[in-house]
Amino acid sequence: MIRLIPRVENSTAMILLSPLLALTLTAISAYLIFVSILVDIEVSSVFYTLFVEPLTDSYYLSELLVKAAPLMIIALGLSIGFRAGVWNIGAEGQYVIGGIAGSAVGLYFYDVEGFWIIPLMALAGILGGMFYAGIAAFLKTRYQVNEILVTLMLTYVAVLFLSAMLQGPLRNPSGFNFPESRLFHDSALLPIIWEGTRLHIGLVVAIILSLIAWFGIKKHIFGMQIKISGSAPRAAKFAGFNDNKTVWYSLLISGGLAGLAGLFEAAGPAGQLTPGLPQFYGFTAIIVAFLARLHPIGVLFSSLLIALSYVGGENVQIDYDLPKSITQIFQGMLLFYFLACDILIKYKVVLFKTI
Amino acid sequence: MSNIRLRSILKLSLLSAVLAFTSNVFADPVKAAFVYIGPTGDHGWTYAHDQGAKYLKAQMGDDVVVTTVESVEENSDSERVITSLARKNDIIFTTSFGYMNPTLKVAKRYPDVKFEHATGYMLEDNVSVYSARFYEGRHVIGKIAGRMTKTNVIGYIASFPIPEVIRGINAAYLAAKSVNPDIQIKIIWVYTWYDPGKEADAANALIAQGADIIMQHTDSTAPMTVAEETEGVYAFGQASDMGAWGPTSQLTSIIDNWGPYYLSRVQAVKDGTWASSDTFDGIRQGMVKFAPMSSAMPLEVKQEASKAIIDVMTGAVHPFTGPINKQDGSPWLAEGETPPAYPDLLTMDFYVEGIDSKYPN
Amino acid sequence: MNEGLLIDIIIGISIASVPLIFAAIGELLVERSGVLNLGVEGMMIVGALLGFVVQFHTGNPFLAVLAALLGGMAIASIFAFLTQFLLTNQVATGLALTLFGLGFSAFVGRGYTEETIQLITSVHIPILSDIPYVGPLLFSYNPLVYLAFFMVYLVWWFLFKTKQGLVLRAIGDNHDAAHAIGHKVIRYRVMAILFGGAMAGIGGAFLSLVQVPIWGEDMTAGRGWIALGLVVFSSWQPFRIIFGAILFGGITILQLHAQGFDIRISAQYLSMLPYLATIIILVSLRMRLKNKTNRTVPNCLGRIFHSTT
Repeated sequence: MIRLIPRVENSTAMILLSPLLALTLTAISAYLIFVSILVDIEVSSVFYTLFVEPLTDSYYLSELLVKAAPLMIIALGLSIGFRAGVWNIGAEGQYVIGGIAGSAVGLYFYDVEGFWIIPLMALAGILGGMFYAGIAAFLKTRYQVNEILVTLMLTYVAVLFLSAMLQGPLRNPSGFNFPESRLFHDSALLPIIWEGTRLHIGLVVAIILSLIAWFGIKKHIFGMQIKISGSAPRAAKFAGFNDNKTVWYSLLISGGLAGLAGLFEAAGPAGQLTPGLPQFYGFTAIIVAFLARLHPIGVLFSSLLIALSYVGGENVQIDYDLPKSITQIFQGMLLFYFLACDILIKYKVVLFKTI
Repeated sequence: MSNIRLRSILKLSLLSAVLAFTSNVFADPVKAAFVYIGPTGDHGWTYAHDQGAKYLKAQMGDDVVVTTVESVEENSDSERVITSLARKNDIIFTTSFGYMNPTLKVAKRYPDVKFEHATGYMLEDNVSVYSARFYEGRHVIGKIAGRMTKTNVIGYIASFPIPEVIRGINAAYLAAKSVNPDIQIKIIWVYTWYDPGKEADAANALIAQGADIIMQHTDSTAPMTVAEETEGVYAFGQASDMGAWGPTSQLTSIIDNWGPYYLSRVQAVKDGTWASSDTFDGIRQGMVKFAPMSSAMPLEVKQEASKAIIDVMTGAVHPFTGPINKQDGSPWLAEGETPPAYPDLLTMDFYVEGIDSKYPN
Repeated sequence: MNEGLLIDIIIGISIASVPLIFAAIGELLVERSGVLNLGVEGMMIVGALLGFVVQFHTGNPFLAVLAALLGGMAIASIFAFLTQFLLTNQVATGLALTLFGLGFSAFVGRGYTEETIQLITSVHIPILSDIPYVGPLLFSYNPLVYLAFFMVYLVWWFLFKTKQGLVLRAIGDNHDAAHAIGHKVIRYRVMAILFGGAMAGIGGAFLSLVQVPIWGEDMTAGRGWIALGLVVFSSWQPFRIIFGAILFGGITILQLHAQGFDIRISAQYLSMLPYLATIIILVSLRMRLKNKTNRTVPNCLGRIFHSTT
């Protein structure tokens, strides 16, 4: 039998080793799968396409960062809330509402030139996401309604709302009834930070935000509050921290960031509002946050890992004519292993004999 | 998009057609890639395109290398997939309307790669558009439906109110009406291309409301299986032969036959004769075909269907021949008049007179 | 509107609600034990595939349903192992499970999209099914429909009429206290998770065997997610699952029928209603809770349990 003994302190070695172990296990499993289904192809070359090519080729690298940026922004907000024990699992919905709100501003000022349009859209995106998460905060603080359930329910509503908007007011008036908005004009598109690619300002924002969050959690009183409320709600109350305030802050921050990410996606790589906007980013970001163990700097790395699995997986599909399902299986396994291996940080695994 | 802009694009494409003759002839195999919106096993839209890709490979053998990518969502992912393909291929077929903007963006960055966008309307020097006159197929099945129905109610499962779907509804209705003046068409919009459960629910709802003929403009075989379960209900397959799911219920099926088009376009790349073009082919060119007619159809109905096919093929009959009024009674086509592809057919956003349902929105 | 149509509409709603009832009643038990498994969609689609595959190869509906049940359990066991033994976060693990289930079923099912199967025929209970109105409405369904309703009863009976049910609820409300008085928290939860997987598997199989006898990737099309909403809607009361499923499933059917009568209601806004209703129910539950001691929301929902003793 195997038994888990809690460690007195988190193991520093395991913080670094567990991802490596997880990666090794994923690689072994993936190897076994590829060997069993690929007849004429060198598995090593598949591995190269999957893990290495996206990092060495400048185009794929740029796309990797494009894919990672929204995950970073959402996961940052979520990890702050999760630390405080506030379970916002509806970032997907806040992302969608933020995307709609920001896009609506961009479309309202269609063909209007101005440096202020993008900031205004971003503000609308943030406020949209905040408003949406704020509903959950209100219900939690006022009526003690479980925020997990409210944010999840509101996600369904948001996705339906997006569909309604694209078949209604935000639909491209000259787009032959196809449910998508018109293309944003240049002033409503995010600045590109790497010429010739789709890499936009969102990445810079994500990195700055993660640094702010890092220092915030370390130094700022609010960081303390969040940390204490999460690990010991009672202690937080003794220390004079207000529970309700934590709930509001956590949800507004995570909602606002999710909303911003939604707008960045619409005004960045998509360039228009389409029904495909969500891409499951809001949910994937939950996984990203946990892979990062809710650490703001860790979020940067875990979003890159997930983005790598998308971009690399796509390339494997293209180069070896494999179905998309292979990528999904691979991602599922990757997540299972990463989540599982983190047990080693907090617990020692001890083997013992059952009598 | 304004008329003027589209016309100028059309002119531009003619110019580019002339210029393109200067391209090189290929010695190596042509690398052709296909981007699909759904899984290849949907037995609808994507399945039909994949059959086309397989046909291309079978015909050209070693002269072509075919790559396919399935289930590419119509969001920012699609631009990356198309770009990745553009780096390694000579010609790329993007087989869904939602790929239009990404296709155009990538085409601008890869001027030497040829792009073929299905069901779109934006042409560039290296971007062709192609679509099929499925309404010709709907015309034929409309004739059959009008004869075969006993309840005089046709049930129509529609996806999204875009011109292609509207054309199909109007063509089917007009044809059915021409052989059966009492015909009524019930339309249910499911707002999805693929959700077997919902498509089946819609088929059941239509049958419950008196329809004994089911037509679908969605991709799964679910409506066919519902018809098969229900006594006295017939259905028409979509995009491919769905007879396996409706051995007794399928009357025929409109088959999207993309193979020959794909072959000609890739061959043109190989020969160095590829030029940007706007293709809108139908029964005559073989882009729209039919599954075998069911034995449930009496001989006269089969003959009528064959005649309808031949009439459309020879051009003797156009499915939209005036006089036709719009639903609100305002005139659309005068006596004997037939509509041009653009704008009438490609932007169609109204029901014809006689359809009871309100136009969506 | 004639009676025949009304009967058809009711039957349509019943059929559409069955996959939801199965998936939701399983998840209800899981959540009652204090575990939140967001992988319902993944478990359903695996059930849909395995049910179809076994029905295709054996033509034996009993084996097909059994395979779906076991398949759902098998994939749920990954979740159980990770969350109960390796203490992973339930939300993240559930999401990964959905991803994995969709990928796994799509991959394994590639060869089966071309295939057709024999439909599982409905039972027509002699004499009873011939009664006008009542017969078609109550006695002419597929056996699985009756099973769905029976499972709801069974879960209710288990939760509220058995000692083990009491323990399970106690664990869901306060796992530390339950553990302190000697209950096997992990064992109960693992069982509940496996049961949830089995039910989701059958729910998926109902879709691929009865509602539409085909196999297609992603054919559950979000029904697992709806089931999750439904559990909350029911406020963890088994019988309310039936009403909820009729509401959630029925709205789609009514909307489709309304179109046939040319009544235009926005599909999207209509579909939002059950979710908004769910939120209102959550609030009203909490407001009532202030006066009563009776707890319905499992307090430990989603929390990790680990004991050193």
